[in-house]
Amino acid sequence: MSTRVPVVERVLSANDAVAAEVRAQLDGRGIFCVNLMASPGAGKTSLIERTVEALKGEIPIGMINGDTSAAAFDAERSQRAGAVSVHVNTGGKCHLEAAMVRDALSLLPLDEIRLLLIENVGNLVCPMSWKLGAHVDALIGSTPEGDDKPYKYPKMYAGVDVVILNKIDLLPYVGFDCERFLRGVEALNPGLRHFRLSCRTGEGLEEWIAWLKQQIRAAR
Amino acid sequence: MHELGITEAILDIVLRHAGGARVRTVQVTVGEWTGYVGDSIELFWQELARGTAAEGARLEFRFEPATLKCRTCGTVFGANGSDLQCPQCGALGGEPSGGRDCTVDAIEVEGGDTA
Repeated sequence: MSTRVPVVERVLSANDAVAAEVRAQLDGRGIFCVNLMASPGAGKTSLIERTVEALKGEIPIGMINGDTSAAAFDAERSQRAGAVSVHVNTGGKCHLEAAMVRDALSLLPLDEIRLLLIENVGNLVCPMSWKLGAHVDALIGSTPEGDDKPYKYPKMYAGVDVVILNKIDLLPYVGFDCERFLRGVEALNPGLRHFRLSCRTGEGLEEWIAWLKQQIRAAR
Repeated sequence: MHELGITEAILDIVLRHAGGARVRTVQVTVGEWTGYVGDSIELFWQELARGTAAEGARLEFRFEPATLKCRTCGTVFGANGSDLQCPQCGALGGEPSGGRDCTVDAIEVEGGDTA
């Protein structure tokens, strides 16, 4: 004898609820939060370093660096650049979950920071499914990865609020078709805000920083 | 490894709805855009469910393809591995319409008075 119990529950609904808690906590303190996602090597940590340097002395920044291991290189780099940083070891999971962010928040001086940057685990597949409570989900693409990424990872490109194309200094060498890339982005996410920059040369960073400052001001 | 977190979430939902009864089967819908692989969920499931009321329960997967709905003519078409172009009118892209989620649809538990 057995009974069928209807459930119909989104598997990630519990995560979404925690993400909402995180968001409420951030909003209560006027902290603006960006969740940075990208494939490994696209330049997440480099963009963080550049951003922290640009805002130094002006906007206090907190960082949560997600990694699949205990190797805290990225957190150390953020720390050296001047951010207060918490390293989260995901224990093998290939993405951050809202509960990990909630726990990390308790280790940050929330009364002092105005910007929280979350460095997600380098991965173009699942971080998008796990909402963290950030105000902006940002995706960093880089020219050596190829212009086909929006077509190959449509879920990622359809779900983000901002796209940052990094390593534009390599455009002459890597055969990256900007048109094709942006066409794919537009197809999935019409009107999506995008930035083109190079963390190495600094080209295009100003526009990103100006936009970020505007968002931080608006969050107060 | 993204199935580890997902399988934990599935188990939480299943145990909550089973109300202590022994679970026989679990019906799960997996959307193509989630990227989850049934075999991997299965693997984690055996480990995670051990010692719970869901130990040994059979997982039944229903696969839902990822689709886009054309913003020009409304045609729904497959979103993966394509040029993202509407096969009907040629317009580029569309609103994501299906295959985005993973849901636990129903469970089957032992006994006759649980539902």
